[in-house]
Amino acid sequence: MSIVELTALEIVSRVKNKQISAQDVLEAHINQIEAVDGVSGTIGGDNNFEKDKVHSFITKTYDLAKHQASQVDQKIAAGLDPGPMAGVPVTIKDIFCLINTPTTAASRMLANFIAPYTATSIQRWIDAGALIIGKVNLDEFVFGSSNESSAYLPHPRNPWDTSKVPGGSSGGAASAVAAFESPISLGSDTSGSIRLPAAYCGTVGLKPTYGRVSRYGLIAFGSSLDNVGPLSRNVPDAALALSVMAGKDDLDSTSVTLPVPDYLKVIEKDIRGLRIGLSADYLRISVYDQTKGQTIFHDLPEKVKNEVYRTAEILANQGAEIIENVSMPRTKYGIPAYFVISRVEAASNLHRFDGVKYGHRTSSTYHGLTEMYQQSRAEGFGLQPKLRILMGMYVSAAQYSARFYERALKIRTQIRQDFDVAFEKIDLLLTPSTPAPAFEIGGVFGDSIMMQYADQFLVPANHAGLPAISLPSGLDEEGLPLSIHMIANDFREDLLFRAGYTFERSTANEAWRSKKPVVMKGGK
Amino acid sequence: MKEEINSQVFDHLVSLAALKLTSQEAEYLRGQMNQQLQVIHEMEQIPIEEELEISSHGVALTPANSSGLREDEIDPLKPKLNLEKIAPDVKDNFIIVPEIPHHKI
Repeated sequence: MSIVELTALEIVSRVKNKQISAQDVLEAHINQIEAVDGVSGTIGGDNNFEKDKVHSFITKTYDLAKHQASQVDQKIAAGLDPGPMAGVPVTIKDIFCLINTPTTAASRMLANFIAPYTATSIQRWIDAGALIIGKVNLDEFVFGSSNESSAYLPHPRNPWDTSKVPGGSSGGAASAVAAFESPISLGSDTSGSIRLPAAYCGTVGLKPTYGRVSRYGLIAFGSSLDNVGPLSRNVPDAALALSVMAGKDDLDSTSVTLPVPDYLKVIEKDIRGLRIGLSADYLRISVYDQTKGQTIFHDLPEKVKNEVYRTAEILANQGAEIIENVSMPRTKYGIPAYFVISRVEAASNLHRFDGVKYGHRTSSTYHGLTEMYQQSRAEGFGLQPKLRILMGMYVSAAQYSARFYERALKIRTQIRQDFDVAFEKIDLLLTPSTPAPAFEIGGVFGDSIMMQYADQFLVPANHAGLPAISLPSGLDEEGLPLSIHMIANDFREDLLFRAGYTFERSTANEAWRSKKPVVMKGGK
Repeated sequence: MKEEINSQVFDHLVSLAALKLTSQEAEYLRGQMNQQLQVIHEMEQIPIEEELEISSHGVALTPANSSGLREDEIDPLKPKLNLEKIAPDVKDNFIIVPEIPHHKI
């Protein structure tokens, strides 16, 4: 097994036992990146260039990582504890601030922005010995579910089939992990932006409970919906990443004071007696039909539905109790409510990008401050940010806010109530991750409705603030990853890890687990 | 499809948002907004009790899990921000901006 195929926990163990140096681990991953990634995304780049490469990155931080690796090795040589993530190369979605490093949000608006501080989640990983290998691509300002809206081109491609999207908005994070460029990546999830690309790229993606991980240093989209979480190739690595970054942060008043469990200890517990629910409301696809002017329902594709039932059977064989017919009637309102709440918060959060204090200021001629704002924002933002700003302003306008915004906030209460009732009878809700596997590049881009409905099974957890995980469960007939999704009650990430790890171990010998993405040498 | 957001409303929103759009951008964005509004109208079918409270976010932040607001004490920014590194136009540690327009109210 090559170094890049090691899990993060294996890397930590071997580095601490001096079987391998952090610098050797880093070098192996840098070689992997140089072999599979191709050119990094740039403004004005060519999206048709190197179509067989992954293009996860915007900024590579090799020098920083080399310095960090050297420090880890020096600590080990001195008999000091290098930390629980010692020697683990990690990639960071470029929506997080890393001091003295470009933080672009994949937007022209921040193309010249060098972050003056580091996000708490990243700092905790650094303090634990992780090696920051680079900032990876995303949908512009995290607005999207395919990574196609990035201003930095070429945008990432799905390592399993480079004609397909990696998903979004954490597309670069998912593609980097899937292509063995880093065992762990840091993403953000507002309506599924960790879990959907994880599903499309065949990785694990965790959205923690709202408040479990500090959002300090995360460029905000929807402050009541945003979550920080890890992507990894297996459940224990996700548990490691969360255990290091979770916990109270004085710099984020919405981060909770609850103690962080020892996730790596609880992950080993069996799942006998765990009550796992299935809901018919999650086993159908809802789509807004514009010709009929209403939401209609379709059956799930067989291959997607089968993964849910197959997973239920596997978990039942390990002692879990499967409870069917869990009623979640407000699931179908998740996307409509999200269209309102997220856009209002996006409009508010993007007001700060005005060309005054940081970011892009127009160099064209303007007369007065207002024109400077208009020109800077016109040049800096792409279409997707502009769409969200305008929509947010409309639905929060004085004459509409009761009809749209307040109503959406009450629907969030109702969605939460569905879960509160369900969790009296179940411990986990098992659902599909996405209505279908990864779609073709260009297949949906530009259709904001269809793009948003890809998140329909994922967004309710964001409304309700609940933790949820996407897990790879197989490959379809085209070799594209299939996945399943589980939601737990507040701060019960331990149950997600236990069930996820049980599923992982139960399927360890299945043939699909030995397959590699096509971008890997010798893959497919 | 019914166009709730007509050109006039759209142009007003663009002005409020301090944006400038090309005609192509405007056409695409207004079209997408009207389509999204159709989806948003689905919310109006849900019966909602008058007394139902809004949720600012899904997880309740209570004294049991939250430290609440910090004390109202000055806490100087550390490290001190180097404006020259991030601001577009700086002089003597002030950010330079064009004159604010004066409008008759």
